[in-house]
Amino acid sequence: MKELSLNILDITENSVKAGATLTHIELVETADTLTVTITDDGCGMTEETVRRVTDPFYTTRTTRPVGLGLPLLRMAAEQTGGSVTVESRHRDAHPDNHGTRVTAVFHHRHIDCPPLGDVVSTVITLIQGHPDTDFRFTHTRPTGDPVELDTRQLRQVLEDVPLDSFEVLQWIKGFLDEQYETAAQ
Amino acid sequence: MKSLAELQAIKEKMQGKVALREGSGEKRVVVGMATCGIAAGARPVLNAFVEQVNAKGLTPTVTVTQTGCIGICQYEPVVEVFEAGKDKVTYVKMTADKVARVVEEHLEGGKPVAEYMLKA
Repeated sequence: MKELSLNILDITENSVKAGATLTHIELVETADTLTVTITDDGCGMTEETVRRVTDPFYTTRTTRPVGLGLPLLRMAAEQTGGSVTVESRHRDAHPDNHGTRVTAVFHHRHIDCPPLGDVVSTVITLIQGHPDTDFRFTHTRPTGDPVELDTRQLRQVLEDVPLDSFEVLQWIKGFLDEQYETAAQ
Repeated sequence: MKSLAELQAIKEKMQGKVALREGSGEKRVVVGMATCGIAAGARPVLNAFVEQVNAKGLTPTVTVTQTGCIGICQYEPVVEVFEAGKDKVTYVKMTADKVARVVEEHLEGGKPVAEYMLKA
């Protein structure tokens, strides 16, 4: 993956596939670290599955016996001296409080840290592909206001107009771009 | 600053169109967005389709959707075009630059771009 925003897109697709109704993508930057946390309320995984998810030869896909999403994220984090942790509560064991949280810590001053890249494009792509699930996106940086988007809020305004309408996607892009521009000033 | 009031205005404009969108989709463009597709550059390809299909006003008949791994990872980014009564067309090793020709010649003009298709 050329940029971390692509890893974020890839990992969040797992949340959607796990039946999440709400997935929170949280980016927190400090002077030295970038922490990416993806939290969903999907079906969760059993303890056995959690132990195996960063193994490239473990996958739930059926087209081939290799799954590289989490292993690639782990590689990207570890090559900066960071780490990836996966916590999960399977719905069988936790019927009222299930889901998965993936936390990846990057040392973004490390020479091997990939650029974060176009996160706005990642958010737009997720909404375009999954207009019936909700996403909350927050990006906190050492200076400036945090960048925030919550599709539940947009849905209240839009009522029956789908989130993947082109005009709406364009508005979301502008909404996020403007927040980044304001924060950079 | 973009405001929710602006979104409200979009909603009012869009509400009339919603009926038109549903039950349409004579052509369906499907972009593979699993790890293999994303790593190979599917995100800009998808976004180029979304933008250009809208810019050309093809939305009543063309829908752009995403799917998981199609199974031919070495040819990613892979884009499939489905049309009722016709064979599926599979475009391989797509780039955002190649999207314009597919939109113009295939989605608009009805003639698949053989050059970008999977060779048997």
